[in-house]
Amino acid sequence: MAEYVWLIIAIPLAGFLINGLMGLSSESYRRQKSVIGWLATVAVFVPFLISLQIFLSMNAGSEATVVRLFTWIEAGDFTSEIAYRVDQLSILMALVVTGVGALIHLYSMGYMKNDEGYWKFFTYLNLFIFAMLNLVMANNLLLLFLGWEGVGVCSYLLIGFWYGDIKKSAAANKAFIYNRVGDFAFLIAMFLVFRTVGSLDFDVIFSNLDLFQGDLAFWVAVLMFIGATGKSAQIPLFVWLPDAMAGPTPVSALIHAATMVTSGIYLITRFSGLYMTSPEAMLLVAVIGGLTAIVAATIALTQHDIKKVLAYSTVSQLGFMFLALGSGGFVAAMFHVVTHAFFKACLFLGSGSVIHAMHHVEHELEHEGKDVHFDPQDMRNMGGLKEYMPSTYKTFLISTFAIAGIPFLSGFFSKDEILAYLFNAGLGEFGAIYFALWGLAVVTAFLTAFYMFRLTLTTFHGTFKLPTKFKGAENAAKYLHESPASMTIPLWVLAILAIFGGFMGVPEFFVSTFTGSESNVNWLYNWLSGVTTRAAIILPLGVKWILVAFAILVAVAATIIAYKKYDNDKGEETDAAIKQRFGGLYTTWEDKYKFDEAYEASIIRPGFKLSDRVLAVFDIKVVDGFVNAIGSIVQFFGSLLRFVQTGVIHTYAIAFVLGVILIIGLLIF
Amino acid sequence: METLLNITIYLPLLGVLAILLAKSDEAIKWIALAITSLTFAISLPLIFNFDVASSDVAQYVTESGPLVFGLDIKYIVGLDGLSLLLFMLTTFFGPIVVLSAWTSVKKHVAGFFAMLMLLQTGSLGVFASLDLVVFYVFFELTLIPMYFLIGIWGGADRIQATIKFFLYTLVGSLIMLVALVYVGYNAGNVLNDGVFLTDWRMLSSMDYQLGLVEQTWLFLAFSLAFFIKVPLFPFHTWLPYAHTEAPTAGSVVLAAIMLKMGTYGLIRFCLPMFPNAMMEFAPIIAFLSVIGIVYGALVAMVQKDVKKLVAYSSVSHLGFVVLGLFALNTIGVQGAIIQMINHGLSTGALFLIVGMIYDRRHTRQIEDFGGITSVMPIFAVFFMLATFASIGLPGLNGFVGEFLILMGAFTSESIGNIWFAIVATTGVILAAIYMLWMFQRVMFGPVIKEENKLLKDLNAREIGLLIPVMIFIIWIGIRPTHFTQYSEHQVEVLLEEAATKRASILEASNPSELPAWANRLYDITPNYAELSGEDTNE
Repeated sequence: MAEYVWLIIAIPLAGFLINGLMGLSSESYRRQKSVIGWLATVAVFVPFLISLQIFLSMNAGSEATVVRLFTWIEAGDFTSEIAYRVDQLSILMALVVTGVGALIHLYSMGYMKNDEGYWKFFTYLNLFIFAMLNLVMANNLLLLFLGWEGVGVCSYLLIGFWYGDIKKSAAANKAFIYNRVGDFAFLIAMFLVFRTVGSLDFDVIFSNLDLFQGDLAFWVAVLMFIGATGKSAQIPLFVWLPDAMAGPTPVSALIHAATMVTSGIYLITRFSGLYMTSPEAMLLVAVIGGLTAIVAATIALTQHDIKKVLAYSTVSQLGFMFLALGSGGFVAAMFHVVTHAFFKACLFLGSGSVIHAMHHVEHELEHEGKDVHFDPQDMRNMGGLKEYMPSTYKTFLISTFAIAGIPFLSGFFSKDEILAYLFNAGLGEFGAIYFALWGLAVVTAFLTAFYMFRLTLTTFHGTFKLPTKFKGAENAAKYLHESPASMTIPLWVLAILAIFGGFMGVPEFFVSTFTGSESNVNWLYNWLSGVTTRAAIILPLGVKWILVAFAILVAVAATIIAYKKYDNDKGEETDAAIKQRFGGLYTTWEDKYKFDEAYEASIIRPGFKLSDRVLAVFDIKVVDGFVNAIGSIVQFFGSLLRFVQTGVIHTYAIAFVLGVILIIGLLIF
Repeated sequence: METLLNITIYLPLLGVLAILLAKSDEAIKWIALAITSLTFAISLPLIFNFDVASSDVAQYVTESGPLVFGLDIKYIVGLDGLSLLLFMLTTFFGPIVVLSAWTSVKKHVAGFFAMLMLLQTGSLGVFASLDLVVFYVFFELTLIPMYFLIGIWGGADRIQATIKFFLYTLVGSLIMLVALVYVGYNAGNVLNDGVFLTDWRMLSSMDYQLGLVEQTWLFLAFSLAFFIKVPLFPFHTWLPYAHTEAPTAGSVVLAAIMLKMGTYGLIRFCLPMFPNAMMEFAPIIAFLSVIGIVYGALVAMVQKDVKKLVAYSSVSHLGFVVLGLFALNTIGVQGAIIQMINHGLSTGALFLIVGMIYDRRHTRQIEDFGGITSVMPIFAVFFMLATFASIGLPGLNGFVGEFLILMGAFTSESIGNIWFAIVATTGVILAAIYMLWMFQRVMFGPVIKEENKLLKDLNAREIGLLIPVMIFIIWIGIRPTHFTQYSEHQVEVLLEEAATKRASILEASNPSELPAWANRLYDITPNYAELSGEDTNE
């Protein structure tokens, strides 16, 4: 079955080519929106079915199958193939990418219905799926890199989808360029790997892992990780992701929450064997992940734009995944990748549904002849939406419970696993730092539940605030309505996954404590055991249970407090109170720690000034000036021969040719 | 097949005659198009019949008797792995360049197309010649038509630009000429009973070994000419002027073909003739290349003129090519060779594209545009593809070359320090910055200027001339081995022979006969000390 893997890759590519070329060349095709939309959706759904089929034909012990298509780049000792690897890890990723991808394609058919660039949107979306599948299925680093940069381009195209707005295209540029900084490190990592093992093939690298020792292992691991901080939005390169929300909301759900941004976690999991040889690199991964998690969570607390909250939440959750990686919980990280894909995609699509409705209100008011302009993404204009959008509300609430870590929903299991690994790492090398990170993670978990309920309650509970806030919008509520089925069906599917998804990774001790015997309840753990390594868990059983209880306590407490503070229109009051309580600290959060400003002041502006005022001037005055000076000296001597200088180009040319012949003649004879 | 090669080279020259005899401007254009298309068609069997397995041996060779009495200068042309792709690139661009000038050239139409044809023959001759003197004649021959193309059909400051271009490259060539004559006599003495000899096949062979001192001076003389042509920092300042002032067709040929004559010369002549100097100067040249990569990119970033921006980006891109050549390993050199083709395609495409909006708006200032995507959507697709090719996106051609070059440089013994490759790799970040920023300002945002609101999208001619370029941009990106295979074997052989020759020359040199600087440069002082027993007292 695995030999059909190429179809998984080829079908989205075909979808991209058909919609792209037809749309480009035919005006009438562009108007066939249902043809375009269904073609693109099927081009992702069929690969999902094939992946599922392959998945079902495998078991935890299956050997990796490599399907080689052709040689890509070859020179000297270097060869790199277009070859795909089917193993437990890649098929899991393929399922998530195509599964969530197909749902989001379906959703987009409703969301983008009235957009002029409909055909372009689906063309880019198919291209993205193609690139993402290359990333996760590649059997060598170079092909992985093709997918890695490919998803970056799609992200660029989709963030800047509404290119008429210069701010949106600036956000697209920012995303691509920050990612390129990471890619720079990725390239160097590849050079080092090649220099060490003479190949970029996974099989060769994995069977020669013992060649990576000490500093070399550290640097390869760190460089790959820097690559990951670009793609997966970690400090110091995370600043592009919040801006990336300029793209259409389905894009935020698919690319900037569920799939592309988890590539970094996938990469490190793939190389778990390498990372385990360098505790220092692992520590760095964990520290960066921890800092990113808390920094993003505190920023999320202060945002009013519904998508910005979710964006910072994503950055924070990705930080959680890196915490897991850094403490040796590679499977835990993948677990969180999967559950996060479910609930965060659901949340983003839900926010899209809300924004869709708010846009509709604005549109209808305009139709009425009322000139009301408001930010359709500002949650302070919302409230009470649960009455009007029941499906959106319910699914959003479910996903909020999931991300908050409320027991037995998906986020509960995956987050617990991460906290357990962190605590466990606290007992090993660099223990004190890992303990501190565990503390940071617990605080972040608390904040996560808190800001997510702040978002949900402010948006859906209380009263609809638009009518009281804007003159002319008094009867706005009557235009609120639930989104069409094409949008709510994906929401429900994702919500159900967000509820039950966690059961793929129920910790073994949940069962064995009661039955007293070994169980196979942790399916994900078993599934990935052949393709990843992990740190040994040395926590006693009692501690494990205490940690679980503590995590539940934190999640529930945060939820209750958030309900008290944000339900029934108390949001703005509470925000103000928090702001007063935390003073300058709150301002720092609100200002997003001034990362952008710092980069602007320390790198971007000086770099531009250096180029503009120094280098460009240097080029003209000094480098070229020197050439001109030599020219002038020659001209002085030349002026002695003024009589032959006629100023006519032809004469010079003829003189030149004669001169060459003369010189050759003189030298020869 | 030899005849076919000669026909390919001289058919454009015949076209000059036809053009001069033609009656109307319209006829001239059609003749030019027919001639260049025919040239391209005739050249195709040359690549289809090329024997890849023996790419190190020149194929389709024509060899005349001595041309000048008493000298062994022979007309030798042929194609091998080093020249084949560049030769094909030149014939490929012929019709494209003619089409690009279809409506934009209005004065002296006959002269313009005659110059293009002459340039075509000159360029083809450069890549096909296997005799140093013949090479030199063609090399110089290309200067004249380019001089007129810029000087007559160029922009406002064309005179200054042409003079700078002309004198600058001329200075380099004349120095090379002196070195060339020296080599001819020297080789004659060594290999040919004292008769002047410039057959490349003999000069590059193991039998012709130049001493270290001679190699140093000759390398400097030859490479200066080539570095100016490339251009390598700091010899690049003629390029922005020439590119900005040249008409579109001129810029395209300059970028796609003529700059490659420099890098081609380095690998064709310097490597086999001066292997020791190549090796010892590699770190210095790598240093200049890396400066060129970063510096070219930074200066490109702040340009206000699109064409100047693309010109400076060439400085950066060709820095990569030189870096790859001086890595002196198969990966780096193969990367450099394919990158010559890639740069030709993607920068050629960019100049074509810039020319297309220049034809419409008669401005090249970035600030005069904005939001063009909404008025010219088809144009936007081509522009974007060329931009991403230039940025080095995997899956398009530019990545293949850049990646191989950087990996070659990273693992290179001659460069000897991974930091050159690391700093050069920052070029991939900078390229994204200057290209995407430019693209954004030209293509995205609202259409502010009235003049831009009514721009017409590309017509069939323009689409037709861009599509072939785009096909190769994608083709090389996905199946680069279809192209790199032509030079692979020859590069391996050349590098191996250069290494053997280098060792043999080193062994043969007597340190006590060498000046101190040469001992230091070639690092043979320790041997000298050992031989003379100077350090036995210590």
